[in-house]
Amino acid sequence: MNGVVSLTSREEVDVHHFSWPVSLGIPALAIFIQVYLTRQIHFIEIFDLPLLVTIFFAVARRRPVPGMITGALIGTVQDAMAGIPIGLNGIAKTMIGYLASSLGVKLDVDNPGSRFLMTSGFFLIHHLVFMVIDLGLVGASQPWEWGHNVIAALANGFLAVVLFAGLDRFKQRR
Amino acid sequence: MENFFSRYKNPLVLMAVLFIQVIALATQVKRAEDPKAANSGGTRLIRVWTVTAITPFERMLVGTGHFLRNTWHNYVDLHNVRKQNLELQQEVARLKMEQVRLREDAYQAQRLQALLGFKERFVGRVLPAQVIATSGSEQSRVISIDKGSHDGVRADMPVITPDGIVGKVKEVFPLGSQVLLINDRESGAGVVLQNSRLQGVLRGTSGGGLDVSGITPDEKVEIGEPVVTSGGDLIYPRGVPVGTVTGVSPDRDNGTFLAVKVKPAADLNRLEEVLVVTEVADQIPAVAESPAPQRAADILAERLPSVSKPEEDAGKPATGGTVPSTSAQGRTGTQSTTGKKPAALKKDATLPADQKKTPGPTPSTKATVQGVAASTIPGSMAKPKATPSPTPTPAVTTQHPAAPASQPKGAPSNQVKRPKPQAVSGAVAPQQPEATDSGSQQPPAPVQERPPR
Repeated sequence: MNGVVSLTSREEVDVHHFSWPVSLGIPALAIFIQVYLTRQIHFIEIFDLPLLVTIFFAVARRRPVPGMITGALIGTVQDAMAGIPIGLNGIAKTMIGYLASSLGVKLDVDNPGSRFLMTSGFFLIHHLVFMVIDLGLVGASQPWEWGHNVIAALANGFLAVVLFAGLDRFKQRR
Repeated sequence: MENFFSRYKNPLVLMAVLFIQVIALATQVKRAEDPKAANSGGTRLIRVWTVTAITPFERMLVGTGHFLRNTWHNYVDLHNVRKQNLELQQEVARLKMEQVRLREDAYQAQRLQALLGFKERFVGRVLPAQVIATSGSEQSRVISIDKGSHDGVRADMPVITPDGIVGKVKEVFPLGSQVLLINDRESGAGVVLQNSRLQGVLRGTSGGGLDVSGITPDEKVEIGEPVVTSGGDLIYPRGVPVGTVTGVSPDRDNGTFLAVKVKPAADLNRLEEVLVVTEVADQIPAVAESPAPQRAADILAERLPSVSKPEEDAGKPATGGTVPSTSAQGRTGTQSTTGKKPAALKKDATLPADQKKTPGPTPSTKATVQGVAASTIPGSMAKPKATPSPTPTPAVTTQHPAAPASQPKGAPSNQVKRPKPQAVSGAVAPQQPEATDSGSQQPPAPVQERPPR
C-alpha cells in the first residue's frame, strides 16, 4: 500500500508536460540532424538522436500512450526522411517509447546514472528490434556486431545524460 | 468489456500502433519469392502477407467447397452409377433373352432344316406342326399340335419326326389336333425288326415304354437291332424308324411270345416339331440299298439321262440303258439298265415271308406301301442289311440271282420299283426311269396299287 501511495505521489510530482513547439520542434530537429548532418559528419551516425528524444519525452511524460505515439511519429518521420521502408524505426521507437514511459513510472529517471543505463539499454533494445524487423519483415540481412553495438549504446548513454539535462529545461509542471 | 479496454489500454494501443506500422511497412516492402528472381521486382510484402494470411482460409474454403462438391458429385455419380448399373443389368438381361431367343431360333432353324431334309427323303405330303401341349398325365400319352382340320389334318394320320415315328392323330379340331404317342398303352403299330425281319406289333406300356409283341421265343432277337415300321397297319409308312431293341423278356400277357423292349428313336419326351404325314405316296422306293445315304436329287440326277455327265455316258456299257453304270453298281444290282418303259410293280416281295412270321393280324400281309418314294427313304432304310436274316425269305421273288454277294437274303421289299412314280409334293422325281427288279430279267407282275389314303 505504501509503495502504491509513493508511486502515485511520485507520478503526480514528476509528470511533465511540454509545449507544442517543443513537442514538435525538438523531434524534428533531432531527425533533421540525424538525417542530414550524418551525411556531412559521419561519426554522428553512431548516435541516434531521434531515439534519445523519444526516450526523453516518454520518460518525462510517464504515460505509455503518449510515449509510444511520440516514438511512432518520430520513427515514421525518420524512416521517411532516411529513405528506408516506413515502419522500421517507427515500430522500434514505438516499443521503446512504450517501455520507457512504463519504466519511467517505476524508476527515477532523473538521475544521470539511471539515464545512462536506461538509454544504453534502450539503444540495444532498439537496435535489436530494428534488426529483427529488418531481417524478418523486410528481408534484409544486417549482421549483429556486439562491439559496435555496445560502444554505440554507451555513446548514446553518455549523450543522453547530456542531452536530457539540456532538455529538462523545456519541462513544464502542472 | 469497458474494464478490459481501460485496464489493458496501453498494451492494446501498443498493439494497434504496431499493427498499423507493420501494415504500412508491408505495403512498401517488396520481397522476391525466389532469391534467384530478385531482379524480377518481387512482390509487396503486404501482398505476400495478405496472400499468406488469406491462403489458409481460402484453401480451407476451397477445400471445403471441393469436398462438398466432390461429395455431391460422388453422390450424383454414385446415383448415376447405380442407375447406369441398373440399365446395364437390364441391357444384359435383354441381351440374354435375345441370345436365348436367337439360340432357340437357331435350334429351330436346324430342326426345320432337318425336317426339310427329312421331307425331301420321304414321299408324301407332310405338314410341319408345333407341339403346343401334352397330356400332362402318365395315364395317357397324348400331345397337342397346332395344326387341325383347317390345315388338312385328319384322324389316324401318322405323325413322325426325322428320328422316327411319333404316333398318330387321335382327335382333330379345327385349329389343333391331338396325337396319340406310340408309347401310349392304347397305341399300336406294325413293326419289323430290320435285321431279322421279324414282324410284330408295337405297343406302349404303362410306364411309357415300347414293347414289340408277337415274336415267338424261338426267334433270335439281338439287342440294338433297329426296328422300323412294317406298314402293315395302314397308318404308318413302311420303313420309318421306330427305335432299337434294348431288351428281350417273356411276354407277361401272353407267355407264348416275347416282349421285345424298344427304345424309341424319336425323343417322345422332348417333342417340339413334328411332321404330320397328310399324304402317303403310293410308290415303293426304287433305291433299296445304298452304300451311303444320298439325297433324292442326287439319286435322280444319276438316273435321269438329262443330267448324266457326258463322260459317264461314254464310259457306260452299251446296254441300252440310260442309267450310268456307277449308279447301277452302287445299287447293288437293284437297278435295271434296260431303259425300257416302266414295268408294272410287283407286290411287296416280303409279304409271304412276313405272313409266315407274323402270327397275328399283321397288316403287312395286305400292305402295299403306297407313299414312300425311292428318293425319300431315310438313309437308315436304304442301307443294306448288316446281317442276313436268320430266316431266309424265299418268297423274295424279285431278288435277282445275279445280285451281288453283298446283297443279303430277305432284302427289303422296297427294292421293288414302280414304273410310274406319281408326282408328289416334295423331292419326288416326277419321271422315274425304267426300272425293274434288281437284276431280274423276268417281267415284273403288275401290282395292284391302292389309292392313296
